[in-house]
Amino acid sequence: MAQKTMVQAITDALSLEMERDENVLIFGEDIGMNGGVFRATEGLQEKFGEERVFDTPLAESVIVGASVGLGLAGFRPVPEIQFFGFAFEAMDAIMGQLSRIRYRMGGERFAPVTIRSPYGGGVHTPELHSDSLEGIVAQSPGLRVVIPSNPYDAKGLLISSIRSNDPVIFLEHLKLYRSFRQEVPDGAYTVPLDKAAITREGSDVTVIAYGAMVQESVKAAESLEKQDISVEVIDLRTVAPVDMETIIESVKKTGRVVAVQEAQRQAGVMGSVMSEIAERIFLYLEAPVSRVTAPDTVFPFGQAEEVWLPDAEDIEEKVKEVIDF
Amino acid sequence: MTKKKVGAFDFDSQINTIENNFPMYQVLDEDGNVVNADLMPDLTDDQLVELMERLVWGRTYDQRVTILNRQGQLGNYAPSGGQEASQLASQYALGEGDYLLPTYRDLPPLVQHGMPLKQAFLWYKGYMSGNVFPHEFAAMPAQVIIGAQYIQAAGVALGFKKRNRNNVVMTYIGDGGTSQGDFYEGINFAGAYNSPAIFIVQNNGYGISTPRAKQTKAKTLAQKAVSAGIPGIQVDGMDPLAIYRAVKEARDYALAGNGPVLIETITFRYGPHTMSDDPKRYRENKILEEWEKRDCLIRMRNFLTAKGLWSEEKENEIIEDTKAQIKQAIEEMGKEEPQKISMFLKKMYEEAPQNVQEQIKIYEGKERL
Repeated sequence: MAQKTMVQAITDALSLEMERDENVLIFGEDIGMNGGVFRATEGLQEKFGEERVFDTPLAESVIVGASVGLGLAGFRPVPEIQFFGFAFEAMDAIMGQLSRIRYRMGGERFAPVTIRSPYGGGVHTPELHSDSLEGIVAQSPGLRVVIPSNPYDAKGLLISSIRSNDPVIFLEHLKLYRSFRQEVPDGAYTVPLDKAAITREGSDVTVIAYGAMVQESVKAAESLEKQDISVEVIDLRTVAPVDMETIIESVKKTGRVVAVQEAQRQAGVMGSVMSEIAERIFLYLEAPVSRVTAPDTVFPFGQAEEVWLPDAEDIEEKVKEVIDF
Repeated sequence: MTKKKVGAFDFDSQINTIENNFPMYQVLDEDGNVVNADLMPDLTDDQLVELMERLVWGRTYDQRVTILNRQGQLGNYAPSGGQEASQLASQYALGEGDYLLPTYRDLPPLVQHGMPLKQAFLWYKGYMSGNVFPHEFAAMPAQVIIGAQYIQAAGVALGFKKRNRNNVVMTYIGDGGTSQGDFYEGINFAGAYNSPAIFIVQNNGYGISTPRAKQTKAKTLAQKAVSAGIPGIQVDGMDPLAIYRAVKEARDYALAGNGPVLIETITFRYGPHTMSDDPKRYRENKILEEWEKRDCLIRMRNFLTAKGLWSEEKENEIIEDTKAQIKQAIEEMGKEEPQKISMFLKKMYEEAPQNVQEQIKIYEGKERL
């Protein structure tokens, strides 16, 4: 066991799956000799050769389209989209094609593709590098959207995603890549898909989050604990489709919900989570199902990120509002 | 137009030099005369007859399916009449195990590639089972998003190369499709890895109603290959022998490790874009009449009759046989079980997530009623 950052845990997962299954291919823009712009594929080309770890032309649509083709030809492609904001160039390939392969071929063929891509604010990138676009892909039946919040989960979820015969959009929050370390086992292990985690137990209110907002939620929970408010934090991990069972069980206990996402109010996945809660367990609720999100503007230019991104303070404030309702 | 003064950069001469390198190759002229013996493909008499049989099959298919559609027996149909040589002679040049990625207009070559006729009809009608292929069948179902098949073909071809398979991947697009970004991304990606792909552009003159001339300033579509650094040639799309020869050579070239080839076939769609389209809104009948004179059946019929290999009786026999095949396939299609939502849900994922599991139960409950 060693202390690892999330990006190291991701490299680990990729390396182990390359060793385990010769059909795994890693490719994308600058992922070979350069090891990717965040070094997530560092050393992999050297270790596994250019046949299995290769740079592609700068063209997101064909990166995903070719992944579909490679998947149908028996490979297990793990392409990288350099920043998820660039995925707009590949929207048909992702939502029009990859998501539908199994269904449209009657379940007889599939493309076991895991698209890895960084996203998320707080590191002052240029435009369209940080946007939270998970809600867009989350609306595609046939896809899974997985977003880890820590190094341990990142490794286990990525291994599960690569081994899955269904397509996964695996989004890696930029700020989490190197912001903290965690004990990460050396060997391969899996963290299940479609299963949320109870990051912190509590009894007064359920805070549901994913990605970098999990840490912010835990920070808020710690502060609220000192004020005698007990917060349960749920980390979705797979943000689409959502593990409603875990959420329902928690909310039945607490009766109060704050759904947190970094995405704008009109984006992300929480709108759907909230409506599921309201529809399924209305009579258990002590207060309106509430949320903390970014405002409905375009993702801001670098210097405005601090005021724009939701944080622990916003979550704390909303929890108090829900408690005092 | 007077020639502009040439400055330091002779732009006009550059583009003219490129465009003049894309002549349209022909083996047979409109009357079936051999106009380029050097390009005559190496086909036996039996193969020539088989190729003609497929063209007649293709024409009969188009005519029958058009009628069946009008009778309401099939779903929407994108007619292929006029494009038989472009579709079926190109497919005829493929080898065992070669992979085909067709578009919604290319069901006839998909059937000739090995898909049962019944499945083509199931596809038109809107049954999932139209797309259920046995593992060994080297093809994708008909693609609807124009361009997607090109980037997927680039992926399958790269996979074949990595597996050292002695096979190529062939895909089709129309003239309008060459304006799509995926067209360029596909040919460029395949070229970058020297992958064994054959990219066919069936230039049938129109993207629904928009004429070829409005798609691009490029004089030919074949020349678009230049941008990807791959060979591009233009063949008479009504000449089955020229098409066969071009695809055969492209196949040999790709299998020798030289990478992909782009082939533009100059052809024409006799019918509407789909059965809900009315070509009278955008093209004059006399254009259709001109193209009908160039029909692939006329020239192959003349060519083979002169060689003593074809007769009217033979042609009628193929037509009747095709009609019988279609009748039988329609009957088989009628026996298909009604489709269920629970079945669709089960095909979404290998391991169903909660929402899908929950909905399977709900729909199965309703379906039992």
